[in-house]
Amino acid sequence: MSSFEPVLTKHIHEEDCHTLAFYRSVGGYKALEKVLSMKPDEVIDTVKASNLRGRGGAGFPAGVKWSFIPNDSDKPTYLINNADESEPGTFKDRLLINKTPHQMMEGMIIASYAIGCNLAFIYIRGEFYKETCLLEAVLAEAYDANLLGKGILGSDYDLDVVIHRGAGAYICGEETGLIESLEGKRGWPRIKPPFPAVEGYLKCPTVVNNVETLCNLPHIFNQGPEWFRSIGPEQGPGPKLYCVSGCVNSPDVFEEPMGVPLKDLIYDRAGGIRNGNELKAVFPGGSSSAILTAEEAMNVNMDFDSLINIKSMLGSAGIIVMDEKVDMVQACLNIARFYEHESCGQCTPCREGTTWLVKMLIRMINGGGTERDIEMIYEITDNIGGLIDFSQGSFGKTICPFGEAVAWPVRSFVEKFKDEFLSYMPNLEVVA
Amino acid sequence: MSNNGAPKQSFSFADPDKVQNILSQYPDKQSALLPLLHLAQSEEGYISSAVIDTISEIVDCHQALVMDCVSFYTMLYTKPHGRHIIQVCQTLSCSLNGADGLVDHVTAKCGIKPGETTDDNRFTLMKVECLGSCGTAPVVQVNNDYHESLTLEEFEKLLESLK
Ligand SMILES: Cc1cc2nc3c(=O)[nH]c(=O)nc-3n(C[C@H](O)[C@H](O)[C@H](O)COP(=O)(O)O)c2cc1C
Ligand code: SF4
Ligand code: FES
Repeated sequence: MSSFEPVLTKHIHEEDCHTLAFYRSVGGYKALEKVLSMKPDEVIDTVKASNLRGRGGAGFPAGVKWSFIPNDSDKPTYLINNADESEPGTFKDRLLINKTPHQMMEGMIIASYAIGCNLAFIYIRGEFYKETCLLEAVLAEAYDANLLGKGILGSDYDLDVVIHRGAGAYICGEETGLIESLEGKRGWPRIKPPFPAVEGYLKCPTVVNNVETLCNLPHIFNQGPEWFRSIGPEQGPGPKLYCVSGCVNSPDVFEEPMGVPLKDLIYDRAGGIRNGNELKAVFPGGSSSAILTAEEAMNVNMDFDSLINIKSMLGSAGIIVMDEKVDMVQACLNIARFYEHESCGQCTPCREGTTWLVKMLIRMINGGGTERDIEMIYEITDNIGGLIDFSQGSFGKTICPFGEAVAWPVRSFVEKFKDEFLSYMPNLEVVA
Repeated sequence: MSNNGAPKQSFSFADPDKVQNILSQYPDKQSALLPLLHLAQSEEGYISSAVIDTISEIVDCHQALVMDCVSFYTMLYTKPHGRHIIQVCQTLSCSLNGADGLVDHVTAKCGIKPGETTDDNRFTLMKVECLGSCGTAPVVQVNNDYHESLTLEEFEKLLESLK
């Protein structure tokens, strides 16, 4: 295991690490001072040069996203910090909020300055009540210290930040569902284009960035984009938080460079499989990523391209580990049920398809599987989500990528563990 | 606090300043809808039709729009619940770490299935989706508080402590 020194979580074990006084004592808000002396375009260029890619799931380059904000618009521009953290297996943003909220605030102010935003939002999932209270105190501290409000740190830049609580809906993590929700509506994702950078909150140019993405920003300005690019693979570099949960001895959030071997995270950082069991399967990037067999998991590195190469994805880096005792059909049902519950219901293939998948899996588990079931699952998943093409933003048959987020994992379960599905149908001739 | 009596005919917020403060944060009125619903629920325990009327007036939109919103979000309740809402995460990491046993335990001990409330209004049991704390599975949220890495014994003690 490399001896990587954490960047984002360097101080999380120190007392009072969430306070402004502590954050300042370790160099906090120095990057902001630097940024306020730069032109917004230079700030965007620096982030582009760092190759920072979004940590919320899609991995879109942050600087490029910011540069889509039209600079000839007379409308206000908004930044939304996506703190909805609801992807199963993901619990890193909660840690960042609790332990280093000022690192996140500094990132938010930098991003807001870059895109010319004077009113920014933190959209935080409703269940994070304690975190919301903490953030309210953090905002008060920041206003008192003139890090927010009018004329920040003596510059002529003004910024207000509002904390907005969600109310229990996974789909509000999707950026356009989130924007609808912020507008006081149900969180129904919008058809893109127009993309939020052109028409987002209240039809104004809007950037949505994940908590962890924003937390990287101060470090990019303190240590330079070259430093950032030198950590991990050039095409998607930087420090990264990996959440490991499931059947491991020491589940937790671990910070390592992009591209760390998944094997090291499971067997070294997370203490290996519990009860000395064998590894069976892993979700590498939340439950929306295609599942990996033990063999795939032992050989893959945790970065955007390595995972796409084996037809899965880094997603939110929510690593869910399953051991030999886990029944793959039950696990598949657990996940399918999640998506059935969370589908916003707008698109027929997603709404109906998720319902059918759950019904079929339950029937199968109850011994009523039929010959056509395997093929039918393929058909349904094909109908909900198309092919993997990350370059396209949205991929196909539904309004938002939730469709793919159901289709790929469910399909991968059946493809990679077909024997287990067939073993629920003992009375059938094996047709596969 | 929950209000479990007969539905009130009208509702007004306890502190009008809080309402004004929420409204003043947003560039338009309707964006204040969710925060106002949260505030109302924290005062009333659930979103009654009286709450819907009041909020639709404040944000200046049709009641149907408010209701549409209320029905979409699982944290907004349209009927009263018990004093302690036991929300057991049932998603994969929690399920792999004994969450099903926690649900069964409440059912056996209190005689309520998910979605139900005890006769004395002490507990409402719910199964919920991933609470964003999978590293400390199994996780149970009771009202606003998370309880993490729960063993059955700790869960039992927790239930005892909730009066
Ligand atoms: C179904 C779905 C759920 C999502 N949930 C989250 C989430 O909880 N948090 C998050 O940051 N991004 C989530 N995303 C990704 C966002 O749409 C968006 O890409 C991201 O917030 C952009 O920030 P980034 O570029 O900094 O990663 C989700 C996407 C989809 C399709
Ligand atoms: S794909 Fe599913 S979640 Fe996304 S908009 Fe369509 S119905 Fe809603
Ligand atoms: S699966 Fe229970 S908190 Fe994530």
